[in-house]
Amino acid sequence: MGNELLEIKNLTTSFRIGDEYHAAVDDVTLTLNKNEVLGIVGESGSGKSALAFSIMGLHNRAKIEGSIKLKDQELVKLAPSKMNNLRGDDLAMIFQDPLTALNPLMEIGDQIAEALLLHNLDMSSKQRKARVIELLNMVGIPRPEYVYEQFPHELSGGMRQRVVIAIAIANKPELLIADEPTTALDVTIQAQILDLIRKLKEDIHAGIILITHDLGVVAEMADRVAVMYAGQIVEIADVTTLFENPLHPYTKSLLNSVPAEGQDKLHVIQGIVPSLKNLPRKGCRFAARIPWIDESAHEENPVLHEVSQGHFVRCTCHAHFYFPEESKEEQTNGIS
Amino acid sequence: MWKFIVRRLLITLPQIILLSVLVFLMAQMMPGDALTGQVDPNVSPEIKEQIRERLGLNNPWYIQYRDWVAGILQGDLGQSFRFKMDVTELLSQRIANTFWLSLVTLIFTYIIAVPLGITSGRYNDTLLDQGITGYTYLGFATPLFIFALFMVWVFGYQLGWFPTSGSVQPGLTPGTMEYVISKFNHLLLPALSMALIATVSTVQYLRSEIVDTKQKDFIVTARAKGASESRVYNRHILRNSLLPIAAFFGWEITSLISGTIFIEQIFGYPGMGALFLETILLRDYSVVTALVLLFGIASILGALLSDIILSLVDPRIRIK
Amino acid sequence: MGFLEVEDLKVHFPIKGGIFNRTVDYIKAVDGVTFSVEQGKTYGLVGESGSGKTTTGRAVIGLNDITSGKVLFEGTDITSKKSKTKNVRKDIQMIFQDPYSSLNPRKRVIDIVAEPLRNYENLSKIEERKRIQELMEMVGLSPESILKYPHEFSGGQRQRIGVARAIALKPKLIIADEPVSALDVSVQAQVLNFMQDIQKELNLTYLFISHDLGIVKHMCDDIAIMYKGRYVEQGTKEDIFNNPQHIYTKRLIAAIPDINPRNRADQFKFRQEVQKEYEHSYDDYFDSEGLAYGLQPISDTHLVALPGKG
Repeated sequence: MGNELLEIKNLTTSFRIGDEYHAAVDDVTLTLNKNEVLGIVGESGSGKSALAFSIMGLHNRAKIEGSIKLKDQELVKLAPSKMNNLRGDDLAMIFQDPLTALNPLMEIGDQIAEALLLHNLDMSSKQRKARVIELLNMVGIPRPEYVYEQFPHELSGGMRQRVVIAIAIANKPELLIADEPTTALDVTIQAQILDLIRKLKEDIHAGIILITHDLGVVAEMADRVAVMYAGQIVEIADVTTLFENPLHPYTKSLLNSVPAEGQDKLHVIQGIVPSLKNLPRKGCRFAARIPWIDESAHEENPVLHEVSQGHFVRCTCHAHFYFPEESKEEQTNGIS
Repeated sequence: MWKFIVRRLLITLPQIILLSVLVFLMAQMMPGDALTGQVDPNVSPEIKEQIRERLGLNNPWYIQYRDWVAGILQGDLGQSFRFKMDVTELLSQRIANTFWLSLVTLIFTYIIAVPLGITSGRYNDTLLDQGITGYTYLGFATPLFIFALFMVWVFGYQLGWFPTSGSVQPGLTPGTMEYVISKFNHLLLPALSMALIATVSTVQYLRSEIVDTKQKDFIVTARAKGASESRVYNRHILRNSLLPIAAFFGWEITSLISGTIFIEQIFGYPGMGALFLETILLRDYSVVTALVLLFGIASILGALLSDIILSLVDPRIRIK
Repeated sequence: MGFLEVEDLKVHFPIKGGIFNRTVDYIKAVDGVTFSVEQGKTYGLVGESGSGKTTTGRAVIGLNDITSGKVLFEGTDITSKKSKTKNVRKDIQMIFQDPYSSLNPRKRVIDIVAEPLRNYENLSKIEERKRIQELMEMVGLSPESILKYPHEFSGGQRQRIGVARAIALKPKLIIADEPVSALDVSVQAQVLNFMQDIQKELNLTYLFISHDLGIVKHMCDDIAIMYKGRYVEQGTKEDIFNNPQHIYTKRLIAAIPDINPRNRADQFKFRQEVQKEYEHSYDDYFDSEGLAYGLQPISDTHLVALPGKG
């Protein structure tokens, strides 16, 4: 167990809408090991970003219950000043949109230096500057001395995302959360950024939580994958198992929705993702999206079942699931 | 950045010229001319016509305009019919008074606006914020002259804390400490009255800027670095929110001008605003014209100033 | 003669500068693009941000002014202002990227969808309503929902309202500018399937603009790759994906994440090789300004921007 970096137990993050609290993250339990990349996949409204913000303690007005332990330190209800000490030091985050993630009125160098300043009180400003230049080099920014004095609007989206990454890795975090780090970028830039994250992971030995809606990105980057739907983890497994032997109907549907070789018609998931206010609170949350599956297939209170070593699936409906396009007999083949 | 400022200055020049033409034409349309009120009414029309000819008052308007501008550039704004003195001389006494009043008002405006706006924006939707927002609504709804009358009545007459007219106690020698204190004492109440009303738009503007900036992504980035709440505010939110306030500055000057007109009248403060009202009532057109021109130029320069401030502090406008 | 012919299309935007804000230079957003699309086919226009793909699409439909070049639609030149006849314009419609901002939030669905009808056809209130209900049914939304406002629909449904608006006048050509990039994966599938269905039903032609090669591969018959306003490669889907010739195309294809985690190492190596080749042979594929050369045919269908006569 000495390898565990992050341990989340029964985490529930709720937001107040009107007079009621609604859980955007609902009873999530997961662990992350050192040097591991955990992919979290889901569509908008699945709660994946809310989960990331909960770990970082960046929610302003949310009710957070359960436990988040980073190397045995409990983060839930930690005093703000102690949390500030951890944030940007032991745990850091990369954001989705590099165009808005940087302060438009602050020089690039100062924005990175701020992360150093906050956690290294004995560092001289000269040392800081040297380290910033080093970081800019690390993330592959050409002419770092020049870029140091530039402002965000003078850099391209890909370059800005490198700056955001430089801020995140400034203090060699043990846990790095990347929330859709390449969604706003062009494909060739995406490839570069993913390569960079992979390289940095080897350099700083961080555990990485990679949040994305892009199954391709997960397939390339993650060691393990958790699939989230409507605030819950519906399936979690190592990456090859998840892509080769997906079990939960949602995972299967998702994989069939993306264009692949020799696929004529894409699979369409019926209905829509329920909004936070209208989440089904009882029974299998995916049931409404697969109405052709008999009600009896679902559990009354679906829990995660370990179907094989390290492969968990929520609800029993996966054993009875088939796509309406195919006959029941074919379903055992899984996806092509 | 220099390109920007030069370009901005180049726009200002035609603006001022256009303003002067408009002001000049307006003055031409007024009944009477420079001669009215200066010449003995018993002088025969022929002689009047001669004097007119000699003074160039029969020339086409553009030649008169040229002469008028040439005069202004040499500091000659004409003669006041009523005060029987050079407009330039008349104004020079008043301009300093209005300048000090405006400056103190501006300072008060920001002294009130910045802390209130920041508090209101930072703790938005709390009781404190609602109180401040309530004050701003009240400020918007209250006409300045009514509020000013109220202030004079309460603090001037009832409590007697402040003088109720003039700009300085008579009999003091300029340059002495007493003189300066008396000046300031006379300024205080009008400036405060005006600032209390004028500040509300800035308070609201600052509040909404802060509420807006608070939700920006780069604020989350700052928090994710481990910046404390106060650092987030001081380093990231404030600078970005104060920027548009700087752009607001020019507008502030324009509103000050209209403010001084009422305030000086009510407080019996001998500045340009009071003079403006007086001379309008006395139909002393050469003074009115000069004042309109000065007010106009002040507004144009105010706008210029805001743009230059903005270009200095906003790197996105700053061109290397 | 093709259904849609674009000849040497150029769209240049002026850059203002200097003290007097005069035009000091031009951004060549589209710089000499030629292609033709056959009726009933889907023609994919692929590129990264700044490649000029969107501008090309907007120029074809007349939303961007053309600097030079010609756009022929069924043999009619639709570039010159005079011939912007109503009948040609109504045959070309557009689907926009963002279903959240392309629909007026203060208008009901019936008014949104009816807008093109009101512009081009004189229908009575009852006829119009019937037509819109038919359209709603076609795009898979309930005919009763025409009195709702856009915010009452999900992203996928909104995009379908956008499609309903686009097909209201029974157009022949639809320009789809990143129609699914703002949508979730499962909703993407819904919209893409639906676009294929109505294509068959109405014999539509698509000019499909996207940055996502996976989707383009799924949807398109012919594909063009754009870079900085110019074509770098054009061909059938097979030409582009099985036999890419230009280094930029190769790099673009190599950048697509592979959905099979077992290929990870290979994909990584492949990408590095392509990157090395890209850096090595950059000068062979781009001129001194970093722009692509003129297109040279290498087969009947396949054109590649290579140095030489072009």
